[in-house]
Amino acid sequence: MDQSKIRNFCIVAHIDHGKSTLADRIIQMTGTLTDREMQAQVLDNMDLERERGITIKSQAVRIIYKADDGQEYIFNLIDTPGHVDFNYEVSRSLAACDGAILVVDAAQGIEAQTLANVYLALDHDLDVIPVINKIDLPSADPERVIEEIEDIIGLEAQDAPQISAKTGLNIHDVLEAIVNQLPAPKGDPKAPLQALIFDSLYDPYKGVIVFCRVKEGTLKIGDSVRMMATGAEFDVVEVGYFGAGQFIPCDELPAGMVGYMTASIKNVRDTRVGDTITHADKPAAEPLPGYKKVNPMVYCGLYPADGAKYPDLRDALEKLQLNDAALQFEPETSIALGFGFRCGFLGLLHLEIIQERLEREYNLDLVTTAPGVVYRVYKTDGTMIELTNPSNLPDPSEIEYMEEPIVEAEIMVSSDYIGAIMDLCQERRGQYISMEYIEETRALIKYTLPLNEIIYDFFDALKSRSRGYASFDYEMKGYAKSDLVKLDILINKEEVDALSFIVFSGTAYERGRKMCEKLKEEIPRHLFEIPIQAAVGSKVIARETVKAMRKDVLAKCYGGDISRKKKLLEKQKEGKKRMRQVGNVEIPQEAFMSVLKLDED
Amino acid sequence: MTPIELYIHIPFCVKKCLYCDFLSGVFDEKMQRRYVAALCTEIKFQAKRHPGCIVSTIYVGGGTPSWLSEDLMDAIITTVKQSFKLDPLAEISVECNPGTLSSEKLNLYRSVGINRLSIGLQSANDDELKELGRIHDYNRFLHTYDLVRKAGFDNVNVDIMTGLPHQTIAKLEKTLNAVTMLRPEHISAYSLIIEKGTPFYDKYKFDAVKQQAGMQTEDLPTDEESYNLYKFTMQYLEKKGYKRYEISNYARNGKICRHNVGYWDRVPYLGLGLGAASLFDNVRTSNISDIYKYCEISEAISSGKNVPSEHSCAYYDTEEVLSKKDAMEEFMFLGLRKIDGVARSDFYNMFAIDIEAIYGPIITALRNQGFMDAKEGRLFLTDIGIDVSNQVLSKFLLDK
Repeated sequence: MDQSKIRNFCIVAHIDHGKSTLADRIIQMTGTLTDREMQAQVLDNMDLERERGITIKSQAVRIIYKADDGQEYIFNLIDTPGHVDFNYEVSRSLAACDGAILVVDAAQGIEAQTLANVYLALDHDLDVIPVINKIDLPSADPERVIEEIEDIIGLEAQDAPQISAKTGLNIHDVLEAIVNQLPAPKGDPKAPLQALIFDSLYDPYKGVIVFCRVKEGTLKIGDSVRMMATGAEFDVVEVGYFGAGQFIPCDELPAGMVGYMTASIKNVRDTRVGDTITHADKPAAEPLPGYKKVNPMVYCGLYPADGAKYPDLRDALEKLQLNDAALQFEPETSIALGFGFRCGFLGLLHLEIIQERLEREYNLDLVTTAPGVVYRVYKTDGTMIELTNPSNLPDPSEIEYMEEPIVEAEIMVSSDYIGAIMDLCQERRGQYISMEYIEETRALIKYTLPLNEIIYDFFDALKSRSRGYASFDYEMKGYAKSDLVKLDILINKEEVDALSFIVFSGTAYERGRKMCEKLKEEIPRHLFEIPIQAAVGSKVIARETVKAMRKDVLAKCYGGDISRKKKLLEKQKEGKKRMRQVGNVEIPQEAFMSVLKLDED
Repeated sequence: MTPIELYIHIPFCVKKCLYCDFLSGVFDEKMQRRYVAALCTEIKFQAKRHPGCIVSTIYVGGGTPSWLSEDLMDAIITTVKQSFKLDPLAEISVECNPGTLSSEKLNLYRSVGINRLSIGLQSANDDELKELGRIHDYNRFLHTYDLVRKAGFDNVNVDIMTGLPHQTIAKLEKTLNAVTMLRPEHISAYSLIIEKGTPFYDKYKFDAVKQQAGMQTEDLPTDEESYNLYKFTMQYLEKKGYKRYEISNYARNGKICRHNVGYWDRVPYLGLGLGAASLFDNVRTSNISDIYKYCEISEAISSGKNVPSEHSCAYYDTEEVLSKKDAMEEFMFLGLRKIDGVARSDFYNMFAIDIEAIYGPIITALRNQGFMDAKEGRLFLTDIGIDVSNQVLSKFLLDK
């Protein structure tokens, strides 16, 4: 294959600006799929992605395009997630590309994630072509958006295709721009092999399927290959490229191609995303630069609702980790919840998605504990520990001081809501950095914020206070010293370890009060009164009471309804089985998660 | 001779009450006649299938059995007497609604041996009666009650309800006062249950959930108020000399309803008529509930045809053989509805095992929590145990 006829690219956009719709349209217009095969949004092939309308996993597809110059081109389109939690996935996908299409909504203009994604693409030295989408909307204002792109990002946008991915308008312009404006891959097919792993998938029949971009050399069936970071060696069984929703085998992947390989790889840990594949007998001198390494920022405990399912949960997490390098986990135990795992995630959305995938794809019933960030605890003996589980906080007498992770947040908001958003940041212990008007009606606000303050419901609060007219992105800035305390929850006088969390001392009272109120709603009434207390150290700072149930009677029970009444009693008994027993109190599993959503009314 | 009870179902009402989910409906006299003929066929049929029994109680329930004309009631009781051996001291009850009785009817009842009447009053407040969709007002009830007494009935029950929408203690007190003043021998006081499939369900389902969860309600009393109404009823009736002998039942001078006590003691009983349930030889069955099918089966049987069935009898819709475990569970959750609870010796006699061997840890736990007590060989729920009896009784269901 002629390298000059290959284009490896991705599409980047702010959430809901039409990235996946454009990808679908490109696939459809290039004729790799018949209309009948065209499932709405073919690239989002997880149920969850389709339901939520977001892309979680990177996906790739190879398509053939016959351009106006009469030549056939191979497009390798790599779809990327849009949400801030998945910057890492974006980063992995970008490394496999040579160019990027930037989709901007003709009505909304540039948003926070537009900027974040463009900067990521530019970081990877990708050529970026802007595309203005949704020009069929009555509120579309392409001229204004062109100006924004030129002023804020500094990309030439006068000739940017103006399209409607939904109706298919002007998609041809996009295809021609890909051919004419994006670079062909470089790389010598005869050089020592360097192929970058950008994703992988576990298949029960083929073993690990490794997604890679061949940068130098050629990857062929039968090659003996080595993973440069792990040192593991394999014989290649199959190579191929990505059809729409299927793997299509071929003989070799030369430099410049994007595709996959299998090699009967059983151990998921042998193929790390970001590693470089080379030939065992003729290795490359050095690996390709790895991806930007991303550490989990949010931790929580995941426990099987049924203790006997612990091994199943471990297996499921291992399988998910294969496809999701950002997911980390290690075993832990809780007095209230038994055996489970402390898991690390990129953000709260990532957490929710993993939880839902475990429940849906692996049929596990889970109990999730309150998420927290990684705190640094400096002890009086001069050592420092990174705290991911609040239960492991050393005794206060051993703590010199603590630090918490800080992010720099960029919020783009229409001018009507600037005050409301600044109030929100202030409430969340934000430090104002700057504000600039991008145009008359919109501003970019920068704050530093403790990560702890944004992992819960910052995004929801932002949306509700701006009536949806604010977008948000953030990046880690490091750690800062902070006055932190551990808030414990006592139910019927017993501390429930799974409900403890670390909180800024100034907001401990408020959070404790809300926790107690929320738990009061969640815990069903028992035959006795249940005090719910929030405590810092030995000091109780908030209290609620679940009143005792005083009356629960079947008024009538005669000859005709004995079987029915027995079923009622059985139902009552069954309901109890699905609860967690803490001391004498039965706590519904949802209670452990619902306490996160404290700001909902 | 095995003592058994008979339940006879009359599925007819002048009008359906808004809270009622019993098997009953409005049918014309032609249908009533057809049904009673079918019922008499079943009575004879079941008598033959259950030889060697002596009937200790009969309960004619509904629906509104008192709505049937005299000749139909006569036919039913006469058929029973002709088909079964009847204890001369048998308790024979009929459910009545105000406005459906006359002195002629009552004289007929007396003459065929009916010796106990149960009258559905529910409330002495006309606004509440209207809300419930009852066919009568309080004055109509007084008239009926007077007829009943004048006819010579000396064992009368009056039904009342607590937990009605917007019911206050004052309104309840008026009802309680009005009823106890009349000195019926027996009072049943039920807490309103919002049942699926009733107009009340459509109207109050959300409130019912809120009530259950202990939240603020709109029309129904809150859980707390409902508890207070129920407790008030109990205290009021006890003060007036009515002894509570089951969760919702009170009697004066020991005039308990023997028929109902039989259910809680698991005495064998045959249910006759549409949808009626039976317990016999540790098998629970229930009759079909389609009135046309029911009549057709009887008509086929009376014309000498053999009616095939997947069950042991053509009338049955369900048939459940109780295991020993089922029987033990029932013994407990039915027996503990009675204020004097269950006798340890009865459990042993029935199951040949000591009650403690099966339920020891549960009994101990409930006694420690104050929900249960024991005295003179009996185990029973305490007052607070009865208040939350669903919670307590569910503990007596055994794991599979």
